[in-house]
Amino acid sequence: MRTNSNRVGVDIGGTFTDIALETPDGLSTTKVLTNYAEPESAILEGIEIVAHQSGIEISSIDQVIHGTTLVTNSLIERRGARLAFITTEGFRDVIEMRSENRFEQYDLNLELPKPLVPRKDRLTLNERVGADGDVLLAPEPKEIEAIADRIITEEYESVAIGFMHSYANNNHELMMERALRERSPGLSISISSLISPQMRELPRFNTVIANAYVQPQVSAYLGRLSGKLASVGLSASIFMLHSGGGLISVETAAAQPVRLLESGPAGGAIFASNFARSHALDKVISFDMGGTTAKICLIEDGEPKTANTFEIARTYRFKKGSGMTVSTPVVEMVEIGAGGGSIATIDSLDRIQVGPKSAASEPGPACYQRGGSEPTVTDANLKLGRLDPDNFAGGAIQLSTELADNAIAEKLAQKIDLKSDEAAFGITEMVDENMANAARVHTVENGRDIEHFTMIAFGGGAPLHACRLCEKLGIDALMIPPGAGVGSAIGFLKAPFSYEATKGLFQRLDEFDAGLVNQSLGELHAEALAFVNEGAPEAECNTRLTAFMRYSGQGWEIPVQLPHIQFGNSDIEDIKCRFDEAYERLFGRTIEGLPIEITNWSLIVATRLAAVKQIGRISQGEGAREVRKRGFFDAGTRSTVDAREIERAAMSPGMCVEGPAVIVERETSTIVTSSFRAIGQIDGSLLLLAKEVSP
Amino acid sequence: MSLTSIDYQIMWNRLIAVVEEQATTLIRTAFSTSVREAGDLSAGLFDRSGRMMAQAVTGTPGHVNAMAESVTHFAREIGLQNTYEGDVFITNDPWLGTGHLHDITVVTPVFRKGIHIGYFACTAHVVDIGGRGFGPDGNEVYEEGLLIPITKFAERGEVSDLLVTMIRANVRTPDQTVGDMYSLAACNDAGNRRLQSMMDEFGIDGLDELTEFIIQSSRKATLEAIAKVPDGSFEHDMQVDGYDIPVLMKVRLDISGTALKADFNGTSGMSAFGVNVPEVYTRAYACYGLKCAIAPQVPNNTGSLEPFEITAPEGCILAAKRPAPVSVRHVLGHLVPDVVLGALHKAMPGVVPAEGSSALWNIQISARASDPQSGLPNREILMFNSGGTGARPTVDGLSATAFPSGVSTMSVEATEHVGPITVWRKDLREGSGGSGATRGGLGQIIEIEAREGYDFYFNAMFDRVENPARGREGGSLGAAGRVELSDGTRLKSKGRQLVKNGQRLRLSLPGGGGYGDPKSRDHALVKADYEAGMITSDQARDEYDFEV
Repeated sequence: MRTNSNRVGVDIGGTFTDIALETPDGLSTTKVLTNYAEPESAILEGIEIVAHQSGIEISSIDQVIHGTTLVTNSLIERRGARLAFITTEGFRDVIEMRSENRFEQYDLNLELPKPLVPRKDRLTLNERVGADGDVLLAPEPKEIEAIADRIITEEYESVAIGFMHSYANNNHELMMERALRERSPGLSISISSLISPQMRELPRFNTVIANAYVQPQVSAYLGRLSGKLASVGLSASIFMLHSGGGLISVETAAAQPVRLLESGPAGGAIFASNFARSHALDKVISFDMGGTTAKICLIEDGEPKTANTFEIARTYRFKKGSGMTVSTPVVEMVEIGAGGGSIATIDSLDRIQVGPKSAASEPGPACYQRGGSEPTVTDANLKLGRLDPDNFAGGAIQLSTELADNAIAEKLAQKIDLKSDEAAFGITEMVDENMANAARVHTVENGRDIEHFTMIAFGGGAPLHACRLCEKLGIDALMIPPGAGVGSAIGFLKAPFSYEATKGLFQRLDEFDAGLVNQSLGELHAEALAFVNEGAPEAECNTRLTAFMRYSGQGWEIPVQLPHIQFGNSDIEDIKCRFDEAYERLFGRTIEGLPIEITNWSLIVATRLAAVKQIGRISQGEGAREVRKRGFFDAGTRSTVDAREIERAAMSPGMCVEGPAVIVERETSTIVTSSFRAIGQIDGSLLLLAKEVSP
Repeated sequence: MSLTSIDYQIMWNRLIAVVEEQATTLIRTAFSTSVREAGDLSAGLFDRSGRMMAQAVTGTPGHVNAMAESVTHFAREIGLQNTYEGDVFITNDPWLGTGHLHDITVVTPVFRKGIHIGYFACTAHVVDIGGRGFGPDGNEVYEEGLLIPITKFAERGEVSDLLVTMIRANVRTPDQTVGDMYSLAACNDAGNRRLQSMMDEFGIDGLDELTEFIIQSSRKATLEAIAKVPDGSFEHDMQVDGYDIPVLMKVRLDISGTALKADFNGTSGMSAFGVNVPEVYTRAYACYGLKCAIAPQVPNNTGSLEPFEITAPEGCILAAKRPAPVSVRHVLGHLVPDVVLGALHKAMPGVVPAEGSSALWNIQISARASDPQSGLPNREILMFNSGGTGARPTVDGLSATAFPSGVSTMSVEATEHVGPITVWRKDLREGSGGSGATRGGLGQIIEIEAREGYDFYFNAMFDRVENPARGREGGSLGAAGRVELSDGTRLKSKGRQLVKNGQRLRLSLPGGGGYGDPKSRDHALVKADYEAGMITSDQARDEYDFEV
């Protein structure tokens, strides 16, 4: 983006707050511990460190770009406002009945997640709008007033309003809002037709409720943050990264905090996307592995894949269906319970299972010597020689091979009559298998062949596992970018200003009403552009329109990108062709003769990204200097191999090492298996290539 | 590379991922609403002798051993000497597949280096199979649609034109029904590609050792679990509504060491309507219920299913004989776990839930112009709805949640786009959960009216209207279901009926039974239930001894 300014990226995570400052002279980064009580204090602390490193005054910072897991945590920990939900009479229990199914088929004692709004706080209004937006039952003004009075009397902190089919006609929602505003101008009110104007009541209601639930808290936090920064002379404008991977103003974020869910991981995906663009990689799978989870994202043509619904606050670890589905634009990521701290157990069938339970950072893996006694992935990596006990986290944590060994032997190996190194191999192989399966399923679901992708690996644990994952997936090129430890914060600096406006507008293609569609899309465009202009007035923008389409009678839509946002009747054939193409790509066939329909529309306006500097690939080079020889267990050959140990710093551009090798650096180690070689690249990244493919 | 037990574990894990992926692909590509929304499908891998190695967990436990058994029928009928690379087998025979004509099972033999090593199989519910359409009103299976005997859909890669032409000519939705058959075949192919690459990776050419590993470990874990159930004979029965006359389900469990037998001797005879259940489907649901309570963590395969020995005397309503009508076999099938678990409760109290609503309340709606001259098009709408589940020994039952089926409901907004109806109400039915120390799950109330210019017919297939879910250990009955107009006019709970424009159909779905003495329920929970409107003040006072 603009290189003549000083911009700082701030990512508040569960443990650390990461800060990255970009100045015309370069980048400096730091990590400070997250301050739960006052997150803004840790931010200021970190900003002071990076400003000092770069030798600039705090007051010369022009922009602060911020992402946070505070919204997600507040939902998971149920720390939000005491709120009321006002809905259509007859639909009080939509959020409690959910999809009426069980996400765990064989568990007789299954418990479903409790709704964010208890039943007694869900009020109903006698009103009804039909599917096409026509009024079937107009509300009585007296009843609206009575409900508004009750909200005031009972002193709710926040209110969510969601009526049936309000995406098609939101007059009743607005009437209800007005009555509340008249009584309490400062009350936090979220209405579903503005927060998530899409068809399907359950995700729309969930979304408006989640928004109302966190709104007072987020708004207060953002106010405090601005005040804190201003108090030390930092008058920079603050922008927030939204979960769709773009920037919005702090005012928009305060009104629509539900858009901030998952903004940290989205930063990681943008970091990887930016890296992919500079290396001209058009098919990428990003792999981010930390202490508790692994995240996988598809990046094509430099853009991370996005979706318009996702599930938050799962009550059964990572179990699909155990959370709340919300509909808000999001970078689509698969997250599984696989990290360094994931605990290995033996199940009733004497099989090794890894995760989703994690020893996290406290007490941590057994080898951390902090009282952990369960064997974890990190313990197995240590046992197999993939980690150096004396040089973990730059020597900050001394690892105990003995404790790792004991945990694996006692809790695992002895129970199933294995040697403990066999059991250790079982742990790493099982976790690699789980991650590989998740990655494969995700690409298959998107109609892609993973073999043709390049993997980009970052996060503390990924470089240890990525090469084996590539072997399992048949991927022959893997890249490890520099600075991956604070990838999300760097990613924030690369994000465009963007806003995704959505609308439920039902259209059968054979009854396509171009006038109505054009009018709605015009409104969507104006809405999105206005939000973008708050952050980047007069910037050059790209517009991307996606129609969610299906054959009539199907229950799922597929996203179909359309080339422009104004249509005439002559465009219908083109829309059909694009649907056919997308459908065939996903499912391998089309069905002749069935009517096609559009349910929801999504329009993204984003500032155009500056061209990135292209970095040429170096595919071969001369041998890098090794520190020593060191043994590790190579999963592919099922044997302990004699590997070269190389400092990451020694992998300067054009330096090459043949696997088996271990490339060590402060934050992590990269395992180069026997079937790969690694080559240092111009930007400090590592390229790992399968020997078989490029001998 | 010599294979270790770790390698076998990894391969087992991989196979489960392969079949789950098969199932996911089918859910995304199928046309039938019940596949997409309800997960009415299954997918699995079998060795060359027809032993099941892995099966996806889907929304229909009814397919669990139904499909496991069907592959052996294919192997027998077609014969190894006629099994070629590129073949695809097919059937929808209710007695050899999964219990009714709408379920198509496709089996693809797997070859490696020219040698037959196993089969992939999958099943899905198709939109239409001809005949009367999906409903209980037929009196013989011949009326219920086209029966495709076990035959080859393709031989050596050539699809049978004659078969496809026959099917197309006999169903209302030829593109979708035949399209789904191709989808099923493609889903087996995808599984096969993944299997072959796994075998390359591990350097194996046959599945026998891996099958042994999977089946032996699963059988061992299952037998150990059964051994923990106290020995003895335990009988139980349950009366349910049936179609026109009540049906008695009777079961006897014999448990001795690691042997477990369930037999349905004494169960009512067959019905003249399509609520009959082929034995294969009864076995599946009985097994599912028992497995949930006894060995829930063991993955489904021949080793984990075979120890459950389940039989029903031929000719009873749970082991219907050809050519009985069986179209809506799911209604009674879904009630089977309640009676089996009731017997198991006598062996191991404190584990199984009280009886629940259990049978789904699916509504098939046909909207028709009130004035045929108006030119308004016909529309078909299908909704899935669930009542309450039975209270569990330590936690309340689940409200408006499917059990034993795993189906999902659809968005009302989406449904109202499909056809000209308004759903005025779909919310919890207050006071419908059976009282108990733990409360039964609540049912729900649904009110439906046709939009302007339309009347509608609905096909009722509802149970627990005359015979509500019973509690256990002193818990009370869940509320019975009701089918009526909103003015209180009662309607029938089975069969096709008309709702005219201006009238509203009201369905009150049953609640689950309670568990334990209601008077012993924690008063804080009773108060919370009352404040949330889950129970009435009368219930609080009369049943829970709690003055509001």
